[in-house]
This record gives sequence, C-alpha cells and structure tokens, in this order.
Amino acid sequence: MNLFLDALAWIVAPERFEGSSSLFVRLGEHLYFTAFSVLIATVIAVPIGYLIGHTGRGRELAVGLSGAARALPSFGLILLLVLVMGVTNKPAAAFTAFVVLAIPSILAGAYAGFEAIERRTINAARAVGMTEWQILWRVEVPLGLPLLIGGIRSAALQVVATATLAAYIGLGGLGYYIFRGLPLGRYDEMLGASILVAVLAIVIDAALALCQRLFVPRGVAAGRTPSLRTAPARRRAMVETSTAP
Amino acid sequence: MIEFTSVSKRFGDGPLVIEDFSLVIPAHKTTVLVGSSGCGKTTLLRMINRMVDPSSGTVEIDGTSVLERDPVALRRSIGYVLQSGGLLPHLRVVDNVATVPRLNGVSRADARARALELLDTVGLDRSLASRYPAQLSGGQQQRVGVARALASDPNILLMDEPFGAVDPIVRAELQQETIRLQRELDKTVVFVTHDIDEAFLLADQVVILEKGGRIVQKGSPSEIIENPANDFVASFIGVDRGARALTIKQTPHGRVLVDDAGRTQGVLVEESAPARRSEGSLP
Repeated sequence: MNLFLDALAWIVAPERFEGSSSLFVRLGEHLYFTAFSVLIATVIAVPIGYLIGHTGRGRELAVGLSGAARALPSFGLILLLVLVMGVTNKPAAAFTAFVVLAIPSILAGAYAGFEAIERRTINAARAVGMTEWQILWRVEVPLGLPLLIGGIRSAALQVVATATLAAYIGLGGLGYYIFRGLPLGRYDEMLGASILVAVLAIVIDAALALCQRLFVPRGVAAGRTPSLRTAPARRRAMVETSTAP
Repeated sequence: MIEFTSVSKRFGDGPLVIEDFSLVIPAHKTTVLVGSSGCGKTTLLRMINRMVDPSSGTVEIDGTSVLERDPVALRRSIGYVLQSGGLLPHLRVVDNVATVPRLNGVSRADARARALELLDTVGLDRSLASRYPAQLSGGQQQRVGVARALASDPNILLMDEPFGAVDPIVRAELQQETIRLQRELDKTVVFVTHDIDEAFLLADQVVILEKGGRIVQKGSPSEIIENPANDFVASFIGVDRGARALTIKQTPHGRVLVDDAGRTQGVLVEESAPARRSEGSLP
C-alpha cells in the first residue's frame, strides 16, 4: 500500500510537470504513438476488410494472416524491426510494429461488420436498384460500423499498452519512466507510470465507447446480431426511440 | 407483358434448376407462381429484374429482352417486395419508402412527400413515418415493403413470398390489401408463394411448378380446381379433402355446402353470380 501511495505521490510531484521530460510531453508522445499507429492501421485494414466483407472472398487468407499477426510477440517484433530497418529508423520500426499489431482487430472488425448484416437486407438493396457502390456506402458501411468501431477499440487498447515498449528503443512515451526506473530500482516511478498507462487505456476505451454511441445508426436496434461492446448503446437507442411518437 | 422463352438456368456447374421454361405473363393481371421449395419459382421471379440471368433462353418485357437493359436501371423500374419487407434497418420508414426515387435523383423533400402518400395507399398511419423498421410489427414492415416497391410507380411488381413470415391473421389482412391495391393500381403482378390457398386467392393466372421449373398446370383458379391436370395437382391443391372437398347437405331451409370436417361452409343458391373467387374456403 505504501508503494501504491508512493506511486501516486510520484505522479503528482511538481517536478513531473516541468522540464523536457514532463508527464505532458511523455503522455503526448504516448498518445501520438497510439493514435498515429491506429490511424495508419485503419487506413490499411478498413479497405481490405470492406473488400473481403463485400465480396465474401479472401476471408480464410485474412483470418490466417490476422491470427499469425496476433501471435507475434510485440517486444520481439519491435527489436527485430529495429535490427532489420536499422537503428537510424527506430521510429519507423516502432510504428511498423504497432501498425502490424493493430491491423488484425481492425481488419476483423471491418469484415465481420459486413458479414453480420443479414443477407436479405443486402439482397433487398440490390433488388431495388442500388449499385454495388451504393450498397457499400449506404447499407454495408453504416450497418457494419458498430463492429468496426469495436475492432478499432481493441486495436487502440492493444497499441496503447504496447506503446510503452517504445521507450526501450529510446523513443519516449510513458514507458520512458518505467525503463528509467527499472535499473535504478525506482518502484514508485515504475508503478506510477504503469498506473498512468492503465488510466490512459481506460480513458481511450471510454472515448471510443462514446464514439460508438454517436456513430452507430439508431435504427440498428434490438433483435439483430448482438455484437462486441455495443449492447448498452443499442439498448439505450431502443428505449429512446421506442418512446418517440 | 412478360414473356419467358425456353429459359434454362444452372448455377455454376450444378444441376439445371430451370429447364426449358416458357410462360407468358399478361399485363395488368396477377400471375402467381406456386410450388414446393426448390422448384425454382424464386429463381424465375429474379430473372425478371436480372437478379439472376438465365443460362439460356430469353426473358422479355414488352418485347425487349431484359438482357439488353442495364440491371440497375431495370431493377429501379420494377417494384420488388420480399419477405419481412427487406427494409434497411438503419433508415426511418419514410426514407425506406423513398429509397428508389432518391436513387433516381428525386429531391429529398419530393421523395418524402410521395412516401407519405404511399403510406396512406398501403394503409399505414403517417405517424409511423419517423419510426425505424425494428419498431414496427411484421405486418406493418410488410406494408412498408409494398410502399417502397410502389414508390417509383413501376408497371411491374414482383412479390417474393412476401407474406411468409407473418401470422395467419395478418397474412389474410395483407392478402385482402393486395387485392384492393391491385384493383386500384392495375399493375402487372408476379407473385411467388408455396401456399396454394394464397395463390388461388390472389391470382388471375396460377402457374403450378414442379422441380426444375416444370409447369404442371396453369390457368385461372377455377380452371385448376375444376379440372386438375393430374394427381399431383389434385393432391397439391387438396380438392379431395379438407375445406375444398364440399358435399351438399339438405336442410329444412335449403341446401348448404359442407366440408370434409362436417362444417357448413356456405349455402347453395340457384345460378350463383360470378363464379370467380367464390369457390373454396376463401374468407
């Protein structure tokens, strides 16, 4: 308990908030690693996931590759990429590792979101005369959004935790304190930074949960495929709309 | 008029689902394709709006082969109703109904105004317009599906087992509504069902299909009940049993018709007026 209090005391100590390695700087770096990696992963994974989901082709390949990517040990991957890409490209190596870790969840969210849509709905959209492009944008994308955002949430959580390792190759982030405290035996510093990473993860998850509520179409309601992390939002949507005139 | 000429279909290298099918579907009439599952009736229906293309043979609408038309434009010009409405769950009722006019470039305001009129046409209260499909009953969803199909005022209406998922009471109500709509709107309706009673109730022309899309018999409901082509048809339509096998019973007040179960189904009067739709167990 003392250690825990020490850790909290370390977090709120005045020197945390000044200088070139203040909490704000490290937090900013950590957020930057996370946000940028997830963004790049989204840009790569969503079009591929949509293509797989829309055509129904290539799913086995995607599942196989995603499974393999998930199984990669993140620490080992970062070190390997630094060795392969060279020590002068450390940031690129770290980002590559984070992106590789983030892609599987987002890819799965993108195609699972499409696959969860009832075939009858797609069939009806085509039968009334929507082009494939219109089916994609007006039917599949909005209806697949809950699962896609769920996938992005998983990816963000994974990257925010793994981004701690960026400090090991000297890139900063909240892991800076952990790797600085480790050889010095500064357990208050290590625990304090760990708590901050955990809190950051919770905050990011909550923020994305809020996104889900804002972006999930209201009519996508009860009775349909229950999906990852969306149940409360849906139940709420139903209560709100069913009392409307 | 829709005309099928020697149409065959196989999916991939599977067996023939439709084998040398020919049929004329007259304009402004209701034609019902009826048969057990797997007889190819839905495949035939979907050939009309190019959801399926025939492997050989032609499907023509008013003398023009559908293969010469762009599938998307063709589908927008034909109303399509399917089971449970096939509505888009993330759009409000009014926007579901307005889907096709919107795709055709009609302004949102005009499309919505037209959609509200159509809700009246299909007997739905306008207050439902802002609801989502999941908030409607099965029967209401089905009506929305019909309104959507009518939105661009198509000449042809395709209905693919539309009432299969609703309970019998609602189904009877929707069937009556379909008859009323057809009287008012005078479309060319092609209706697919496995329910022979539904077929007899709605059809001007009934087409009974067997596996491979083979036509066992076609004709008006009266023609088929009066003269079933073979034992298959007789047993499929049930002329020898149940509510369609009527016997005359003498009562002190005149002669009545009694069904298989001994229930009185009607009164026999002299020179009964229009014979059409008066036979059988119809409500």
